[in-house]
Amino acid sequence: MSARVTLATARRVLTQLRRDRRTVALLLVVPVLLLSLLRYVYDARPDVFDHVGGPLLALFPFITMFLVTSVAMLRERTTGTLERLLTTPLGRGDLLFGYALAFGLVALVQTSVASAVALGPLGLDLAATPALVVLLAVLDALLGMALGLNLSAFARTEFQAVQFLPAFVLPQLLLCGLFAPRDAMAPLLRRLSEVFPLTYAVDGMQRLSADGSVTGLVARDLAVVAGASVLALALGSLTLQRRSA
Amino acid sequence: MMNSVEVTGLVVVRGGHEVLHGVDFTLSSGQITGLLGPSGCGKTTLMRALVGVQGGVRGRVTVLGDAAGSASLRRRVGYVTQAPAVYGDLSIAENLGYFASVMGVTRDRVGAVLEQVALADLGGQLVRTLSGGQVARVSLATALLATPELLVLDEPTVGLDPVLRRDLWALFRSLADAGCTLLVSSHVMDEAVRCDRLLLMREGRLVADDSPSGLLRRTGARDVEGAFLAIAEAAA
Repeated sequence: MSARVTLATARRVLTQLRRDRRTVALLLVVPVLLLSLLRYVYDARPDVFDHVGGPLLALFPFITMFLVTSVAMLRERTTGTLERLLTTPLGRGDLLFGYALAFGLVALVQTSVASAVALGPLGLDLAATPALVVLLAVLDALLGMALGLNLSAFARTEFQAVQFLPAFVLPQLLLCGLFAPRDAMAPLLRRLSEVFPLTYAVDGMQRLSADGSVTGLVARDLAVVAGASVLALALGSLTLQRRSA
Repeated sequence: MMNSVEVTGLVVVRGGHEVLHGVDFTLSSGQITGLLGPSGCGKTTLMRALVGVQGGVRGRVTVLGDAAGSASLRRRVGYVTQAPAVYGDLSIAENLGYFASVMGVTRDRVGAVLEQVALADLGGQLVRTLSGGQVARVSLATALLATPELLVLDEPTVGLDPVLRRDLWALFRSLADAGCTLLVSSHVMDEAVRCDRLLLMREGRLVADDSPSGLLRRTGARDVEGAFLAIAEAAA
């Protein structure tokens, strides 16, 4: 691995993203719009908005980075640039960390904008400091990125890559405890929810929403999300094989 | 003359099918070798085996003294794929700047290779707005950045206008004169006369390995296309 190549890769990915103005606009505006929508859906129930608003701040970067990474990596594969890069001195870690750096930065901006609007004009009431909320959201973005990178190896077309969202992300979303308390689920589903990393992302944000202090459980959630991202990135590096059929 | 590439008993199995059936050849330093044969005969697979990205490879493939695909070769071997492997949403200069960082060469190489492929005036243009032939030359330029000792070019002149094609062959010749070994694939037989040596390939086997003039003499054919036909018919 080399810092020069990693940084060059991050810059290249960000330059590509910058050329796609519409995607940048969607990345920044959609979370704000959806949070605003939710604020007025629960107009008469600000307590409910406070309850789901925090976890949603964690979910937006997770979902968008999952999608953006799976499509970006699939493009690298189908246009031949990935194979070309793998014949150069570029290491797999350079590519992965380059992407992580670039999309982590995008997630940071995305979450900062969404949090600023939610905590400001929309009046979302979170117990934790905004910095902690943004930190967890960026970790969630990296988790989404790592999962997207992994799954893109199994997609042949962009149609398939996009379908992986309902296939792999929606089940995690349904079981993460946001829609129904996990204690009320059938035992098998509760077990399943315990191995899904998204559960810890949402759990962490719920705890931060309710109680501002970093308790042992919040630290556990942060560690699980970070650990799952690292694991997924390590598995993702296995999908970048120099030799292929 | 030294051999840059030595291949013995190269067999490639892809998806359960054997696509190369025991190929043997060597490439001499400073020579342009043409790899000719119909589409689907295994040219690309052979080239991928040389640069070390092909899976399912058996046999011995030695490149510049190391096993094909060794980490030490990644700066010394340039590979230009048939479909241009560059980023459409970056400008020419941004593409080359990125590959220069990856290859660890200085920025002044970017200007130098753009001169070589005659794109010096277009550096700021987005690659997706270029013509097919221009994109192919951007892809070639990325492979020239690190001044490779072996350059593997998969159909580099497809779709180019005759003037550009002549200029590119002049570039290949000057690279060879500077000591670079080139393997250039083509399904256009009339490019064969520009090579020092020809490897004719058919259905996963090399059917001839000779100089262009030697090939014509041996088969009594008037052109390489005729020689290819004579060899194919003799084998049938």
